[in-house]
Amino acid sequence: MLSRTADNLFWIARSIERAETAARLLEVGSRISLLPSIHGYRSEWDSLLQASGTAVAFGKKYGDPVQRNIESFLFFDRDNPSSVASCITTARENARIVRTALTTQVWDALNTAFQELRELERTPRSQLELSVLTEWTMRHAAMLRGTIDATLLRNDGWDFLNLGCFLERSDNTARLMDVKYYVLLPKVDYVGTGVDTYQWTTLLRAMSAHRAFHWAYGGEVTAGKIAHFLILNPQCPRSLITCMQGVNLHLDRLARNYSKTTPAQEKARNLMAGLAELRVDDIFEEGLHEFLSRFIRETASLGAVVHDTYLSGDLR
Amino acid sequence: MYHKDAVRPPYARLEDWMRAMPAELRQMKQAEAEALFRRIGITFAVYGEGGDPDRLIPFDMFPRVFTATEWARLERGIKQRARALNAFLVDVYGRGEIVRAGRIPGRLVYLNEAYEKTVVGFVPPKGVYSHIVGIDLVRTGPDDFFVLEDNCRTPSGVSYMLENREIMMRMFPDLFRENRIEPVDSYPEKLRRTLASVAPAKCNHEPTVVILTPGHFNSAYYEHSFLADLMGVELVEGQDLFVEGEFVFMRTTEGPRRVDVIYRRVDDAFIDPLCFRPDSMLGVPGLMDVYRSGGVSICSAPGAGVADDKAVYTYVPEMIRFYLGEEPILKNVPTWQCAKEDDLKYVQEHMAELVVKEVHGSGGYGMLVGPASTKDQVAAFRERVLADPHNYIAQPTLALSTTPTFVAEGIAPRHVDLRPYCLVGEGVELVPGGLTRVALKDGSLVVNSSQGGGVKDTWVLAE
Repeated sequence: MLSRTADNLFWIARSIERAETAARLLEVGSRISLLPSIHGYRSEWDSLLQASGTAVAFGKKYGDPVQRNIESFLFFDRDNPSSVASCITTARENARIVRTALTTQVWDALNTAFQELRELERTPRSQLELSVLTEWTMRHAAMLRGTIDATLLRNDGWDFLNLGCFLERSDNTARLMDVKYYVLLPKVDYVGTGVDTYQWTTLLRAMSAHRAFHWAYGGEVTAGKIAHFLILNPQCPRSLITCMQGVNLHLDRLARNYSKTTPAQEKARNLMAGLAELRVDDIFEEGLHEFLSRFIRETASLGAVVHDTYLSGDLR
Repeated sequence: MYHKDAVRPPYARLEDWMRAMPAELRQMKQAEAEALFRRIGITFAVYGEGGDPDRLIPFDMFPRVFTATEWARLERGIKQRARALNAFLVDVYGRGEIVRAGRIPGRLVYLNEAYEKTVVGFVPPKGVYSHIVGIDLVRTGPDDFFVLEDNCRTPSGVSYMLENREIMMRMFPDLFRENRIEPVDSYPEKLRRTLASVAPAKCNHEPTVVILTPGHFNSAYYEHSFLADLMGVELVEGQDLFVEGEFVFMRTTEGPRRVDVIYRRVDDAFIDPLCFRPDSMLGVPGLMDVYRSGGVSICSAPGAGVADDKAVYTYVPEMIRFYLGEEPILKNVPTWQCAKEDDLKYVQEHMAELVVKEVHGSGGYGMLVGPASTKDQVAAFRERVLADPHNYIAQPTLALSTTPTFVAEGIAPRHVDLRPYCLVGEGVELVPGGLTRVALKDGSLVVNSSQGGGVKDTWVLAE
């Protein structure tokens, strides 16, 4: 497969996953903001921007984090490369370039999302509830994944799509958890209070994992259980360890099909091994925020290795 | 469709179909067709208009029909022309016998912008310079076909030929049951075989064929990816290829892979910055060296453009006689060359009756349709011609045949032309069909999609 084609496929999946995260971030933000603020000086909305790594860009353009502006920024703003609109446009443009590597159904799913996005952009904002926007995004992301799953040939193109998806998702789960850190930072005293529980629950809801969490752990919601669920539990579809399993699976398939291992496999295996040995206590000992930041850095460097090995075309 | 007020036989069944279709159904079908085109992503961007990059080309549901006999004659004529054009190309990059024999002025050949000095003396595999010859034809009477133009470089539009058929079959399956219509869907396979048949001398394995595109901003990108898809070959951009040693390679996820045949949809000037335009980002540095040493084949071959010039066009019947010793089956439109003094005088005096074109123009740009122009437009164009007569030719506006076409008010005759695609490799072949372009504006003779023209399905009926 052409390296450029593989690169486009990889980024289609990453962009859509990223669009979904932007929508989930908005969901978390709006739910948290429904709770009366008890922190005094810190806006919960600000935490979204911090976690998505776009706080500086937002501040330059809009100033104070007001809900409406954050909605614009995370959903519609083309100047923000991580906004839902930017990500869907990028994914669709990438898909147009590699139209030949996709089935009609996959193309259709992306193209429909893009056409509907243009409709949304023309609709007066007063007529668009935030929940409509977030649900719309998740529905289209799900549709795209469904068509990929149901119709695409299981060749290397499929592996690159999935690699993009899992790498991006692990990064996003880590960032979403980090929102929690930013919200809680002001006072450690809140840990274990009703506010704390409400926020953790909100996070779970935003990740569509609320019910799943209860299935896995029973009634009580604690920081330790949630951290375990979102980081270390291979049953959770968005957990870091599940994502790393996915990355390893698809890298191994590539190594087998190409009869050649590369530094990417080694790097991914090391990351996986590190997670497998971890206990929740270790994570809290290191500090949740510190752990998540380190994880985000490591997945980014794995992404760079995947790029150098398969996507840049410089492999000889 | 009509001749002397009677319905021509091949259209007899279609006339009933057309009359029986209520207006609402027609509108519904038209909307359905448009939705299909949009969903599949068949779009046509027009350069420099800054409009919708996803513009649809108008599709007319009324097919154009040829009988088997009509087609057989056309096919012979097209193949004859394609062979002569290739013989001409090999000759003018070789000994130039046609020029020495005084059958075509050397100036037209050797001073032509499209004449590539870098390939002088080079004979491409199987002696083929132009592998896909698109010949634009118009009909003026039952047996009168005229060639408007030859396209020897990268004729586009073949995806419409295939997609128009696909959409018609989906929308009107009954029509296909009732009429015996020759299929066109073998085109991609024939194209692939043609390209593989001209693999370079140094290729000692199953040749790897690729399509080279300028990229997804190009107006014909859809067509490039469509053909790559149907042929099962890679669609590459310049950045995907590199030269190392004697060969060309593409960058893949498994490392470099050798490329043997490049069907390029990029102009000569852009394919190798070391050889042609140094500012080109679309090409591959060093490609021409590999080409000339037999490490890769380029289709169409660089330099093929010298044969499809509008001034050279007037000499194609002469080429057919000179190289093949045959009489041309298809006629040329009588053409005045403004470079000749007598012709220029005539053109000046009759400009309002003529179609005047730039020699290197295409896409309906840089031309004057005399009868459809105002006095001022004619006068302005006259100035342009006088300033540079070498750059212009003129032709009469022929009484072009029309085909019934669905328009807002119902059905009306509209002017059409036809572009069949002739493949030249080890053999010479074409599928029974082509692209029919239709001038949607009443009275208009300009069918180019960039000028508001549309397309329709082209049928060749089986015996």
